[in-house]
Amino acid sequence: MYAENTAEPPRAKLRTEGLRAWFGHTEALRGVTLRLPERQVTAIIGPSGCGKSTFIRCLNRMHEVVPGARLEGRVTLDGQDVYAPQINPARLRRRVGMVFQKANPFPTMSIRDNVLAGLKLNRMRIEDPEVIVERALRQAALWDEVKDELDRSGVHLSGGQQQRLCIARCLALEPEVLLMDEPCSALDPIATAKVEELIRDLSERYTVVLVTHNMQQAARVADYTAFFYMGELVEYAPTDELFTHPEDRRTEDYITGRFG
Amino acid sequence: MVTPSQPELAPVAPTTPPAEPSPLGDQRSGRLGERLFTLVCLLSLALPLLLLALLFGQTLADALPRLDWAFLTSFPSSRPEAAGILPALAGSAVLMVLTAAIAIPLGVGAALWLEEYARPSRFTAFVELNISNLAGVPSIIYGLLGLELFVRALSLGRSLLAGAATLALLVLPMVILSSREALRAVPLSVREACFALGADRWQGLRRVVLPMAAPGMLTGIILALARAVGETAPLVTIGAVAYVNFVPSSVLDEFTALPIQIFSWVSRPQLAFRANASAGIVVLLAFMLALNAAAIWLRARLQRRIDW
Repeated sequence: MYAENTAEPPRAKLRTEGLRAWFGHTEALRGVTLRLPERQVTAIIGPSGCGKSTFIRCLNRMHEVVPGARLEGRVTLDGQDVYAPQINPARLRRRVGMVFQKANPFPTMSIRDNVLAGLKLNRMRIEDPEVIVERALRQAALWDEVKDELDRSGVHLSGGQQQRLCIARCLALEPEVLLMDEPCSALDPIATAKVEELIRDLSERYTVVLVTHNMQQAARVADYTAFFYMGELVEYAPTDELFTHPEDRRTEDYITGRFG
Repeated sequence: MVTPSQPELAPVAPTTPPAEPSPLGDQRSGRLGERLFTLVCLLSLALPLLLLALLFGQTLADALPRLDWAFLTSFPSSRPEAAGILPALAGSAVLMVLTAAIAIPLGVGAALWLEEYARPSRFTAFVELNISNLAGVPSIIYGLLGLELFVRALSLGRSLLAGAATLALLVLPMVILSSREALRAVPLSVREACFALGADRWQGLRRVVLPMAAPGMLTGIILALARAVGETAPLVTIGAVAYVNFVPSSVLDEFTALPIQIFSWVSRPQLAFRANASAGIVVLLAFMLALNAAAIWLRARLQRRIDW
């Protein structure tokens, strides 16, 4: 539970209430209640295995893709329960995009087709592919680097470029929320800086939830930060506050590097 | 490392000062052992290759006088010098196409279900066990099954269709196993990316997973078809006839195939027919080599698009 005296964040885009999640008999999340403010970057930090990845995978219903995975509690997007029976998970995932730890462009497709992949996979009519491709790649800050090789396969790009290609692939679907699961953990510092700058820019239009085990990264890019430990939300506050005046002893121990 | 770039055959002269003690122990004896092992490995490669070359050389030598255009375009005859292989060649080609048309959709479909849709259960474990076992069943058993099921029960007669269905049954386990292997090689991260983009399972399979698995599937399928082309026992069992003096015009026609034609020539007493058999073997080998070459070419083409 987060402390009551933190400043009330702007309108919540996503909310979770008592969210619990299991893999088989292992409980990965033990009742998380959290509100993720609209058009802000919320970082989720915590040691490995604290449930931060599981948490964001519950937000776009990717958790249930894993065999043996189970979930309890509520997740609402703009007030609507995303686990309600009439909700189509595929539709939901178009509104709540996801970028993974390891860049995973589709190797059989060109850069152009990678950007359009989400639209094609959803059998959506593509009015003007060139416009969509350019807009998504520009938003992902990749356009200038790849505009002359759109027909080449994306696997020739560097790791950082591949990750931005995956971000562009998400953005082409014009989602409302962008979930990022340690998007920089496989990138070098320069590529990381680029992606971080991109995350800042994206937060003007999108609600971003960023899982990271890098506290400096959270401090640099996030407006709000949530600290998870052993499947529980320990503390949630505006980033400055959490890093300067942590309320909970465990948060303090973690951010000062005493464990984790 | 102190290993020389060129392996020396002569032992190191005793006057050379000993190399500095290595924490890995005596490297020289290790190198000798390694050289011996390399030699043994090389021999075990050379021996079968040599035997194969001898066998092929002998066959080719026997076949050369008979190998000409007329041999490929003539019908069988009781006069060995006039006999040709056209019906067998046409039979094998049609047989292969029909076998592929039956085995590929069934095999790939079964692999897709087992690998992508079925939840692991006792039933799927049972099915998987049986597929693996079926891959080891002798081909003549498939011939008997084909005889009962296709030739008699479904009254297809001794037709191309019955033969192809039998061969398809025979290669189905191989097609399923290799297709599953290829599907399993597609990383989870790519499948998750499809889901995360809002794709349903089928769309992800069709647009992303299948194109990635295609080269591997294709290799297995073509190897399986090459095996089908060389099979004799099941075709003999279902009653393919050796003497056919027409090119099949319908899938319900009687037929012969290359291995059967070769078998019938080999079993003739006249020596001149043996030369025909050799020539038939060369044609069959060329047929299979062409098939394998096609597989390699196709795979390279598909893989160039992928380029990991």
